[in-house]
This record gives sequence, C-alpha cells and structure tokens, in this order.
Amino acid sequence: MDFSYSEDRRMLADTLGRYLQQRYPIETRHRISGSEAGWSPEQWAALAELGVVGALFAEDAGGFGGDGFDIAALFEQLGKALVVEPFLGALMAGRALASAGGQEELIGEIISGSTILAFAHEEPQSHYDLTEVATRAERSGDGWTLTGAKSVVPQAEAADQILVSARIGGASGEQGIGLFLVDAKSSGLSIRGYPLIDGGRGGEVTLRDAPATLVAEDGFALIEDAVAAGIVALCWEAVGIMDALKRDTLDYLRTRKQFGVPIGKFQALQHRMATVALEIEQARSAAINAADALGGDRKRRERAVSAAKYTIGRAGTIVAEEAIQMHGGIGMTWELPLSHHAKRLTMIGHQLGDEDHHLARFTALGLAA
Amino acid sequence: MDLRFTPEEEAFRAEVRQFLKEKLPSRISGKVRTGKRLTKQDAEEWHAILHERGWLATHWPKEYGGTGWSVAQAHIFDVETALAHAPRLVPFGLSMLGPVLIKYGSEAQKRHYLPRILDGTDWWCQGYSEPGAGSDLASLKTSAVRGTDADGDHYIVNGQKTWTTLGQYADMIFCLVRTSTEGKKQEGISFLLIDMKTPGVEVRPIILLDGEHEVNEVFFTDVRVPAENLVGEENKGWTYAKYLLTYERTNIAGVGASMAAFAHLKQIAQSQRKNGRPLAEDPLFAARLARVEIDLENMKTTNLRVLASAGEGMAAMELTAMLKIRGTEIRQEITSLARRALGPYAQPFVSEALDEGFNGEPIGPEYAAPASAHYFNNRKLSIYGGSNEVQREIITKALLEL
Repeated sequence: MDFSYSEDRRMLADTLGRYLQQRYPIETRHRISGSEAGWSPEQWAALAELGVVGALFAEDAGGFGGDGFDIAALFEQLGKALVVEPFLGALMAGRALASAGGQEELIGEIISGSTILAFAHEEPQSHYDLTEVATRAERSGDGWTLTGAKSVVPQAEAADQILVSARIGGASGEQGIGLFLVDAKSSGLSIRGYPLIDGGRGGEVTLRDAPATLVAEDGFALIEDAVAAGIVALCWEAVGIMDALKRDTLDYLRTRKQFGVPIGKFQALQHRMATVALEIEQARSAAINAADALGGDRKRRERAVSAAKYTIGRAGTIVAEEAIQMHGGIGMTWELPLSHHAKRLTMIGHQLGDEDHHLARFTALGLAA
Repeated sequence: MDLRFTPEEEAFRAEVRQFLKEKLPSRISGKVRTGKRLTKQDAEEWHAILHERGWLATHWPKEYGGTGWSVAQAHIFDVETALAHAPRLVPFGLSMLGPVLIKYGSEAQKRHYLPRILDGTDWWCQGYSEPGAGSDLASLKTSAVRGTDADGDHYIVNGQKTWTTLGQYADMIFCLVRTSTEGKKQEGISFLLIDMKTPGVEVRPIILLDGEHEVNEVFFTDVRVPAENLVGEENKGWTYAKYLLTYERTNIAGVGASMAAFAHLKQIAQSQRKNGRPLAEDPLFAARLARVEIDLENMKTTNLRVLASAGEGMAAMELTAMLKIRGTEIRQEITSLARRALGPYAQPFVSEALDEGFNGEPIGPEYAAPASAHYFNNRKLSIYGGSNEVQREIITKALLEL
C-alpha cells in the first residue's frame, strides 16, 4: 500500500498548483469566467506549455501520463483554483480518440494546446443514460453526416473539433453508436452558447446534416471509458474544492466571534464541521478507488466509478450546503470565493450522472454479476 | 498510489486463511455465522488456539510474546478472521491493558501480567465508566486512599464502576481511580489493577435491552489493593487512559466485521422475496444496500489510509475518531437492514433459539432468530468507547486547534 503520489506526479501537481496560485487567482478566474468567451486562450497555451494537457495522455498516445492518478493529481489542483478552461473535453474526447487509434496528429495538436476539443454525447432526453442516443449518422458519399442535438456541452464554443456520438444502427442500447469528429466551423453545426451558474460556458449543439469524420463505428466502449475518465476527473476536481471549502470554513470558525467567543466553540457547529470533515475523507477514499480502477477491467472500473460519483454527489451537496450554513450571511455573498466553490461542487453533481443515477447503476452492475 | 498489498502480505493472507481452515473449530464459527450466543468457554477455546500459534497479541512487540506484525498484517488478520466467522477476541487484556503495561508498567508488572494475559490465566475487564462519569470520564469519583499496614503499602478503594463488559467472567479489573481532588480533574486520576476476588468487590449484572447479561456494575467497599498494583505514577492515570483509548487503531472501524455482516445481509436479501422477486432486486431496498456497500468500500480505503499514515508515526486523533464514527454507523446500518429485510419475522424472539444445541422449529427463516436482538444490541456501538458525539468534538477540536 502506498497512498502518496509518485515523485513525477507530485512535481507536476505542485508546479500546476503554484502556477494557478500566481496566475489564476480568484479575480482572474472571475474575469475569465465572465468574459464573452468564458475561457482564456492565453492561460490554455501556458498550461499546455507546462505539460498539463500532455499529462492526461498515455505515453503510447504521445503524452506522459494518462493514468487515473495522473488525472487525479491535476484535477485536484484545477478544482482548488476553480479553473474554467476546457480540460474535461480535452481529457474525454482525447482519450476516446487515442483509444480509437489513427489520430496521432490531432492528439499532438491537443497536447501542444493548438487544438481545443469538446465531447458531445449527452442529449436533451438522455438524463445521464449513456445508451440514450437519438442523433443519427447517415452515409454521404465517402463520408458521413450527422443530425441531432447534444446538450450542455462544456466549453462547446471554445472547441475547434467536437467529438460527437451518433447512431449508425439500432434504435436503443449499446450497439450501433458511432463516434465522429465534426469541425466546429462546418456547415450544419450550430452552437447556442450560454453562461453556466458555476462559471465558464456551455452550449447546446445542433447538427443538421453536418459533415463528419468517422472515428469508431462501434463506439460505446470508448464512450464508457471516456466517461469513466471524466468521472475520475470530476471526482478529484470535487476533492480539491472540498478541501478548499474545509480550509475556509475552519478559518472562519476560528476567527468569527459571536457572543464573545470564536463560533468554533459552539457544539452545534463543531458537530456539523466534524460531519463535513468525515464526508470529505470518505469522498477522497471513493475518488482514490475510482482512480485506481480506471485502468482495470470494465466491471471493476464501472462499479468503482459509479460508487465514487455517487459518493461525491452525496458528500458534495453536504459539504457545499454546510460550508454556506456555517458561514452564515457572508456565505451567501458573491464576494467570498467560498460561494463559488460551493456552486461548482454542487454542479459537478449534475455532470456525467448524479448520485441517484450512479447508485442505481452501481446496483445494476452488481446484479449483472 | 498503490492500493494493493505486497506479495509478502498476500502470502501472509494465504497463511492466515490456511490456519483458519485448519484450526478454527467449525462448532464455534458456525455459532458466530448464525448469530448464536457465545459462551465463556468458546472465547477461551479460540484464545488458546491463537495462543498456541503465537497469533494472539497482534499489537504487542515480539519480546513480550506479541506477533510483531506490521499494521498491514494486523489489518489482514482482523479482516480474514472476521470473514471466517471467528469470535471477536475479548480486548481488555490483549488490546487495552497489554499495550499500557508494555509502555508504562513496571518490569515486575510486565513479567507477571503479560504472560497471564496470553495464556488465559487472567480474564481482564475494564473499570472506567461510573454512574456519574460517562462521556465526561475524568469526573470519576471512585476513590483510592494510600495507606500502610502490617502487610505493607496499599490503597483502600471505595466507589462504583458500571458498564463493565463481561465483568462476570473476570479475574482482574483495571480501574481509573481518584487519588487526588486537587487541581484539574484529569490530574488526580491513577491507574490501578484490582483482583476481582478481593473482599469488598461485588459484581451485579445489568441486563441489556436484548435480554442479555453482557455488562455489569462493580461495587468497591473498602477494597484493599497492594500499592505495587499501581501502574506508572500516582495521579498520571489519565495519560495512560488516553494512550489506551488511542492505541488500538487497526480495528476501530470494524471493517472485517462489517464485511462479514454485509455478506450475510446480502444472502438474506437474496433469500427474502418481495413482489415475487428477491428483495435484493426491490429498487428501494437495493438502494439501501448499495448505499451501505459503497460506504463500506470507501471505509476500507479510509481505514487503509489511516493505517498507512499510522505506520509513519503520524498522530491522527481526528482520523481515528472518523473511523470510529463511520465504522460504527456502517455496522449499525447493516444490522438495521438485516432487521428490515425480515419484514414481520423480525418480531418473534425465542431467546433459547440462540443457544447451542437448540432443536426447536425455527419461526420463519432460520437466519431471522438473532437479527432484531443484534440490531438492538448494536445500538451500543455509537455510545461506547467515547460516544459518536464526543468523537465529533474530538475531530473539530483537533482540526481547529482552538
């Protein structure tokens, strides 16, 4: 057993942490988040230069990481600093492209930071069900065209290329779902972008006979693996946020005085804080389990990933709500970083499946044994 | 990060399994598995088997007859014995007094008492709680007054201890007693070893809500205790008591016990039917099962993380407290689900059905007999060893450093 990061991983995480502390303070983050683009090409270039994107890819894909704990170490830092840059799309779409093979040039551009990717799988009716794909793919000459709608795609407008899932055959189920690359500037693709409540931007992607390049004809396994990696990333982003919320709340309990004493002296708050600390440690364990299982066989990976996303969803809500409650009125204000951490933590529960979805999925995976 | 055990540790696990297969009597494991009542003889038989193998004192250094195991080995042993339905060892001598004597006892005390713990000569019980000192343990009042007579230096002890687990079987009791009323209440406490056969010691049973005689009141009336039975220094007992409370980390979460109990619960949920299907497939019950299973999976890793950090000598009061809280919550939830799974058959309770050799017709499924009694009995988990509320204060105070 060893619960520490390897030397390389720790060094990159420390470098990233220092960079974010100096170059991505909360004021900068708010400015980027609220800008028209909702992300920063300059920051992206600098972070890619640091190697942060490359660390999300395995060596045989041209990167120098790609392991569950590489993803963990980096997203933990991204969470702490509330980074809104398009890392999740790079990870998920990039991972699927790397697994599909034959995309070396594109992956090289992603790692260097010159090409931005988005991953567009979920649809307005899917409610986290990965097999629920209504977007259709039709053959058109030598290529394909796609028609359908993809919902709440993170940083969709930032993307140069979008990896889109679409049905080649069948009406439901895992079979017949293909993966396609669509150029963001191609005719037939339109994005309705909008701000997100927790910062950054998302978009509704509409495809009308949009020309597309086939990446994988039988793409469900790639999608599931990409989503598993995305969940590991979100869980560790959440762990980073929860640690920040814990730190800020403890500070507040120490310094804020009422009735002549620090409010941390009050038993009602001590018990709430203890529950928060306990939930965070259980959540961290769940995130460790998921990162550990990411490279393993499918059944073990999916059970661990669903267990982690359930745990993070449940604990995240508790930690976010309690952090606001223990801060009292000031916890309700925009001015405090805490409120933005709380919002992001809560919204992570709405990405790639909430606690109810993953609890049911954990059970279904167990019964299928 | 590497969650795997080393090949050496896995080999050790295999060795433990082989030992359990060969040496754990099926008569005893069968009783544990089916929730039957264990006797004093059952406990002593298993104790003797482990003693013979030298696997009894998993937390003692080798020089005192301990196993000298790493925390990982002790953890593996805890889990494997629980999964094999071995009885839980009575912890008072092995896990509580033993480490205190090893750290603070005199050479004479170590030489006399430690071998007797190992060979089962002395059955120890714990004299901490008093009617007026529960969570506020330091307010204890049982007094020990030092004196000298023809037979030498001694203490005269007067007072009452309570919640004394299995005190009815005990040969010896280690007690926290008040030797001074000066200064802070923690500063006048001493740690005394008392022979239960001394005149003036009286044990009275307390029957718990499940009808069982598990705990006792112990009364002391002018009990004469030789001065050499004082552990360490007079008025330093609180330090030793705290050491004792934080010593045993590896098993405080009860991960092995929870794993065994959860496996049993899953079997019950597969056997019970609802709407013509196994209860385990009922969406609401399945969700309850999944929640506790995930919590337990997380706890396994949390427990290993704490063990790994303890190996580096890190004092982690707040982490130990977290293991206690969530570990007991998980165990309680599992017994709660076992009770719920039985539906109406949670109600019948034939106490004799829990005795070995009971030949009566079971009422409902056989596994129903002990379930509700266990559920009620396990309410104690969040109360003893520092209630979960006290643990919450420990966590926050450690984090706040106020």
